[in-house]
Amino acid sequence: MRRSHEPISWSLFGAGGMLLAFIGPGLIVSTLLLAWLVQDPQALYATLHSGLQHPLVRLATLAVIALPLYHTAHRLYHGLHDLHITGPTWLLGGVFYGGATALSALCAFWLFTL
Amino acid sequence: MSDTIELAVTRYRPEQDTQPWEQRYTVPCSDDMSVLDALNYIKDALDPSLSHRWSCRMAICGSCGVMVNGEPKLSCKTFLRDYREAGVLEVRALDNLPVERDLVADISGVVEHIEAVKPWLIRHSEPPVDTAHSQTPAQMARYHAFSQCINCALCYAACPQFGRNPAFLGPAALTLAQRYNLDSRDEGSSERMPWLNAEEGVWSCTFVGYCSEVCPKDVDPASAINRGKVASDINYGVNLFRLLRGKGDA
Repeated sequence: MRRSHEPISWSLFGAGGMLLAFIGPGLIVSTLLLAWLVQDPQALYATLHSGLQHPLVRLATLAVIALPLYHTAHRLYHGLHDLHITGPTWLLGGVFYGGATALSALCAFWLFTL
Repeated sequence: MSDTIELAVTRYRPEQDTQPWEQRYTVPCSDDMSVLDALNYIKDALDPSLSHRWSCRMAICGSCGVMVNGEPKLSCKTFLRDYREAGVLEVRALDNLPVERDLVADISGVVEHIEAVKPWLIRHSEPPVDTAHSQTPAQMARYHAFSQCINCALCYAACPQFGRNPAFLGPAALTLAQRYNLDSRDEGSSERMPWLNAEEGVWSCTFVGYCSEVCPKDVDPASAINRGKVASDINYGVNLFRLLRGKGDA
C-alpha cells in the first residue's frame, strides 16, 4: 500500500479548524465589529497597529489567517469531490491549496512590511 | 389503523432477469412485526422464490441488512409500525454492493477489506499460561464501542466514498483496525498502519458521517476513522523524521 501525503493538507486543515473554533469569533469581533462599535476607530487601529509591531504577534496573526485559509481550501476541495464535481487533481489542488498559499504569502508580505 | 402493508421488493434472479424489477406483496402489519417477519411471511406464504439472508432475528448476526425506503437497515431491527403512514415499504438489496439474488448482497469484498487489516489481537510474545492479559476498565473503554461491530455492512451501503471507489477499505474495516490498535493487549499496530496510511485507507474518507447514522450497534465508524486520521498523521510525521535521519521508510 502506498503511503498517502494527505496528512500534510489534513494537518493544516485540522490546525485551521481548531484555531477557528477557539478564536475565530474573537478575531471577527476584534478586527471587524469593534471598528463599528468603538467611539474612536482610529485609536483602535493605532492600538492594533502597535500590537502588530512585535514579530511574535505578526507570526500569530499570520497563523490565525493562513491556517483557516488552508482549512477552507481543504474543505472546499473535498466538498467538490462529494458533489461529484471532478477535474484534474493538479488543477483543483492548484486552485484551492495554491490559492490558500498565495493568499497566505500575500498576508505575510503585508504583515511583515507594515 | 390498517392491518396490512405493501412491500415493494426489488427482485433480481440472475438466471432469468436481465435487470432488477419490482414486485409488490401485501403482508399483515402488526405492532410487533419486523421487516424480516414480513419477508419471512412472503417467503413462507406468498412466494417461496424470494431470496433474503437472515439468521438470528436479534441484531447480533448482521446477516439481514437491506435498504428500506432507501436507508440501510437491519430488517430484524426495523418495524412495520414505523412505516404505516407511508403505506408502502420499498425493500432492496444493500446499495454499493453486487447483488447475488433478490435481497442478497455479495459482501465478500467487504469481508476481504476487513480481513486485510488483521482484526485480531497480534502478540509477539505469549504470556505464561497461568496469567492473563490484564486490562483496566479505562484501557477497555478506549476501544470497547468499536468492538461492537457485527460486520453487517450497512455502513458500506451508506458510504458514498465506498460506492465510488470499492478499493476504499471502508468504515467497518477501518473501525476494526482502530479497535485493535487501541487495545492495550495488542502489539500489531505496525502491521495495520500501512493500510490506514494509504489513500484507500483513512484518507479516502471525507467525513460524511452517514455510516455512523445507520450503524445498528452505535459503533460510530466516522469517529473511529477520524481518530485513525490522527494516528496516521502522527505516523506520517514520525516517518518523515526517520527519513530525514537517513533511515528507511517505515
